[in-house]
Amino acid sequence: MSVLVFVESREGKFKKAIFELVSYANHIAQNLNISTTAVTIGKTDDAELDKLGNYGASKTISILNDKLNDFTAQAYTSAITQVAKAENASVIIFSNNYTGIAVAPRVTVKLNGALAAAVVAAPQSYEPFIVRKKAYSGKAFADVQLNSEVKLITLNINSFGLVENAVSVTKENFEAEINDTDYQSKPIERKVASGKVPITEAELLVSGGRGMKGGENWGMLEELAELLGASTACSKPVADIEWRPHEEHVGQTGKTVAPNLYIAIGISGAIQHLAGINASKFIVAINNDPEAPIFEAADYGIVGDAFDVVPKLVESVRKLKNS
Amino acid sequence: MKILVCISHVPDTTSRICFVEDNKKFDSTDIQYIINPYDELGLTRALQLNEQLGGGTITVINVGTKASEPTLRKALAIGASDAIRIDAEATDGIFVAKQIAEAVKDSAYDFIITGKESIDYNGTQVGEMLAAFLDIPSISSVSELKIEGKKAILTREIDGGKEIVESNMPFLVTGQKGIALEPRIPSMRGIMQARRKKLVVVKPVDFQQNTELIVHELPPAKAACKLVAPDQVDELVRLLHEEAKVI
Repeated sequence: MSVLVFVESREGKFKKAIFELVSYANHIAQNLNISTTAVTIGKTDDAELDKLGNYGASKTISILNDKLNDFTAQAYTSAITQVAKAENASVIIFSNNYTGIAVAPRVTVKLNGALAAAVVAAPQSYEPFIVRKKAYSGKAFADVQLNSEVKLITLNINSFGLVENAVSVTKENFEAEINDTDYQSKPIERKVASGKVPITEAELLVSGGRGMKGGENWGMLEELAELLGASTACSKPVADIEWRPHEEHVGQTGKTVAPNLYIAIGISGAIQHLAGINASKFIVAINNDPEAPIFEAADYGIVGDAFDVVPKLVESVRKLKNS
Repeated sequence: MKILVCISHVPDTTSRICFVEDNKKFDSTDIQYIINPYDELGLTRALQLNEQLGGGTITVINVGTKASEPTLRKALAIGASDAIRIDAEATDGIFVAKQIAEAVKDSAYDFIITGKESIDYNGTQVGEMLAAFLDIPSISSVSELKIEGKKAILTREIDGGKEIVESNMPFLVTGQKGIALEPRIPSMRGIMQARRKKLVVVKPVDFQQNTELIVHELPPAKAACKLVAPDQVDELVRLLHEEAKVI
């Protein structure tokens, strides 16, 4: 019996979110008195795999099969299901990221398991197994009991944190059998913006709304973001009128974010926008309307004109960074 | 194309969320229900594709009680050809996926569109589970869907970028914003026609749900916002640095 955690490397490296995922899996494993096994697809450097041991993974399994160089939900499902059966996994943890949400439900069907997606905390009970998940697009939480023998979880990023627990790592390879029939769909091209942190993973976000008056005014937000090491985001109307790309739209029908700091500039804070940001640790609002609902969600605020306040903020942050 | 679009019946995005029965049940008093926004974008894309390609049908399907019929009628008014309602409470993701799979497994749809998630339960699983039951490819978080001959060319979001995928039919996509940009609004003529379109009610199959909702909780109320004067920006930076410790 083990807790299986699916870990993806990017450009051969594991990111912080992966160590959080392993920490979470190991927390569950300790409570169930079983071990933590990290599963990865393709070859990863030993030194990188050893890092997973810092967070409690006593075993790593590298699934090897050249077909898996191309992602399809079916092929990944098949590979992970084979490992889950071989390891007699009782709990399987995925990130609630694009791979996780594409694969976890199919694995759940294969194993007749029970899946909770967008989970935000460690299980509150193990017998029965109950976890807390996001519901109503961030406007509420739901506690869900998983009743199958195999329990699957996709964990929201930045919801558990890192817990160090160094153990030595046994590394194994696993030759998965993959059928050609799992490639009725096939990736043909990948476009990755290198060096840019996706807003769903960003620790700091500078976000602009209609109060910015036009896409051409984003320069100062980008400058602020660059100084802070933040990514830029926006509200729905801004994406709809194409001042900014849709990938940056935060809110109920856009992306849900969970940064340590969300700076909302010229955003009034419609309930749909707040749903997307309320997992943020701290929210700063800059808006010239003191009645704007964003101030009810914010921890810190300035009632003022963005075109006056933001340049001052840029200078003040520059001073801090230089000190 | 013969297209199936799965429809969730959800509270409007502006709804204030409250619970009853010891926080077990959503309080639907005075709540306006809508087509799940992602499903509505998927339906819009299905209509655009059939208009481009000429002909075809679009069936919409929902697992729900009679309360979801107005939502299905709205989908018919927007332009779907016919509707199926599986008469059961949508208790969990695998239950819903199994019900739809059983209802459509012999219908030979060219492809199926679902939303990437419903905005109420946020289960994020019905589409992929349905594809697993039907043993067809699933492409998740799709922001573009084009048909070229017998194949589909799709753009799906991945962490940090996009991937272009080519798929044979049949397949299933879970759609997000981008698959269509604005949902289509029903016309008066569409609303009149919808009354005469077929809405079939079918019985559910026996299937055990695997998860159980225990209780809901609302997020804790936020402490009051600390306001800083617009000429005191340094103070805001100090608070973020020293108090919140986030910069």
